Amino acid sequence: MTKDTSKVNPLENEAIYIIREVAAQFEKPVLLFSGGKDSITLVRLAQKAFYPAKIPFPLMHIDTGHNFPETIAFRDALVKELGLELIVRNVQDSIDEGKVKEESGRYASRNSLQTTTLLDAIEEFKFDACIGGARRDEEKARAKERIFSVRDDFGQWDEKNQRPELFDMLNGQINLGQNVRVFPISNWTELDVWSYIERENIEIPSIYFAHTRETFLRDGLIWSSDDEVVYRDENELVEERLVRFRTVGDMSCTAAVLSDAADIASVVQEIRDSTISERGARIDDKRSEAAMEKRKQQGYF
Amino acid sequence: MEVLKIATAGSVDDGKSTLIGRILYDTKSLTSDKLEAIEKTSKQKGYDYLDFSLATDGLVAEREQGITIDVAHIYFSTQTKSYIIADTPGHVEYTRNMVTGASTSQAAIILIDARKGVIEQTNRHFFINNLLRVKEVIVAINKMDLVDFSEDIYNKIKADFETLMEKRDYQDQNITFIPVSALKGDNVVHKSKNTPWYKGQTLLEHFEVLDTQDVYNVGTPRFPVQYVIRPKTEEFHDFRGYAGKVYGGELSVGDDVVALPSQTKSKIKEIYLYDQSYQTASRRSSVTITLEDDINVSRGDMLVKVDDLPTIDKQFTATISWMDSQNLVTGNKYVLQHGVNKVLAKVDAIHHKIHPDYSGIEENISALGMNDIASVTFKLNKPIFFDRFKNHRTNGSFILIDSQSNNTVGAGFIQ
Repeated sequence: MTKDTSKVNPLENEAIYIIREVAAQFEKPVLLFSGGKDSITLVRLAQKAFYPAKIPFPLMHIDTGHNFPETIAFRDALVKELGLELIVRNVQDSIDEGKVKEESGRYASRNSLQTTTLLDAIEEFKFDACIGGARRDEEKARAKERIFSVRDDFGQWDEKNQRPELFDMLNGQINLGQNVRVFPISNWTELDVWSYIERENIEIPSIYFAHTRETFLRDGLIWSSDDEVVYRDENELVEERLVRFRTVGDMSCTAAVLSDAADIASVVQEIRDSTISERGARIDDKRSEAAMEKRKQQGYF
Repeated sequence: MEVLKIATAGSVDDGKSTLIGRILYDTKSLTSDKLEAIEKTSKQKGYDYLDFSLATDGLVAEREQGITIDVAHIYFSTQTKSYIIADTPGHVEYTRNMVTGASTSQAAIILIDARKGVIEQTNRHFFINNLLRVKEVIVAINKMDLVDFSEDIYNKIKADFETLMEKRDYQDQNITFIPVSALKGDNVVHKSKNTPWYKGQTLLEHFEVLDTQDVYNVGTPRFPVQYVIRPKTEEFHDFRGYAGKVYGGELSVGDDVVALPSQTKSKIKEIYLYDQSYQTASRRSSVTITLEDDINVSRGDMLVKVDDLPTIDKQFTATISWMDSQNLVTGNKYVLQHGVNKVLAKVDAIHHKIHPDYSGIEENISALGMNDIASVTFKLNKPIFFDRFKNHRTNGSFILIDSQSNNTVGAGFIQ
């Protein structure tokens, strides 16, 4: 059998190369793990990169406290199964220490508070490289992000002064106080990630698949109902819907989509259909309905 | 899925954003909200067509504001391939970005405004794509709608470009001419009725049928060792695997290999990735290799076939693309990163500057500034194992790192 390249998966070859460069060039790398599909994919790639040895760096989860319980359970099971070291740092601690202030009101989210907790953790452990699952196709600014992206003491990205990246060569040399964010799946699209999860048979949290959930509608989006974490007006009525999540972040900032895709093949098909009409669409029910409609036209139940 | 990376080059007004926007539109890769915005803005401006340059509006705004112009990546896919467009701006002063974009691309689109024909910028775009040995070049003669889809004008531009091609160093580059109108959509994704005299493929058709294996320059197999895997577990007690990516050619189990720099011989025992073992690793595969003998190999070393040794030397001459605001002068020292190997390099001599528009060379040069391209001899503190760039795109290239700032300050192609 031949370990082939472009015909099988050039993106996998590239990502594994990048992850190996991190292990070789840095003293204290860490893999930022959110429990989402992109970071789960990174874990598989890292496993492949170093097999039969274990992944030579820890995972770190910046826990907002607003995660879906399914994500946390999945995280703990994965770490246990692979025998990995997991570091958890909590946004709640940053709040308790008065470093950040909790948002309030309808759209309160801890999403932006994570940064402080992350920077503190980088300093605490003296991490010099943080591997993340960001992709260039996600948004405009990311389209210009390097694979090795140098950050200063304050974690800031100086987009005007980025290092050129030529051929395969990754320059990981940094000055004191700097660290590097590394994006091995920079060149993957959402569909590439899903296709890879399907091909590799990678386990992902159950919330990515269709399930019945208590939800309410706001601004045309489907919100998960959890009165402890997600603010809800009295007139925002809770209803059971058949949904799944296309991206998984905090409960307070991740909307569900109507879907009956119960397994990975149907999820890939759903993404593929929605890609054809609306590549890169952000999640909302309207769009996914169109995708589902299209699938049904093709003879799906 | 196959992946093809395409670098684009064109001057600001050649319609590069419009072309990219058109490709995205015609392959149905635009989001519906973006489409609505394009329709709305086009109407507001009073156009009777859709202004596709808005599809890459982030980049346009960047230009208008005059802030840093940088390589941006745009993704789309068809049933057969995933495409990555490295959008590199085409100003004279952005040689650095064009070199960077071309270095990771297997194909390039050079845009020419049909009304203007081959201009000095065209020479530069072609020079850089040829210098970087990009295998597939499409010369898109754009704005054909503004010259009444004239076959004569197309032929004149093609002939001018062919004159330019006589000067090229890399003769095996495939060059294809296509008359297009990015604005109106002629010959971009769909065949045009306006150019009955043109019998060739559309831009996308051309990329669709390209064999992605063919666009990589073939050389001899080189395996730079990235990382040594030693699990030290009970199950894999004496395991010693060499992790890396195969470049140039393929390696198979049983191949007689030499480890450089030690020149120790051995044989490939196993090739695998994760829990799969393979008989052969083809070009650009990330794999782990074990050897029959327990020899000392570490990161930066290289495994090659015994009958196919690279040059092993402490001195060479290379074409340099300088990318830093601090000048390169004779005697300066840099960290030279050749693949995954690092050595110290001293600038021994600057021979001449090469005008990247085929207008010749400039001798008696004492310093190189940002965007200069020149022929430079380096002396190293220890030997590296290299091929000439023309024979091996990967093993013949390197980057220079400033040991003070740690920035990447230049790229080199070994002559």
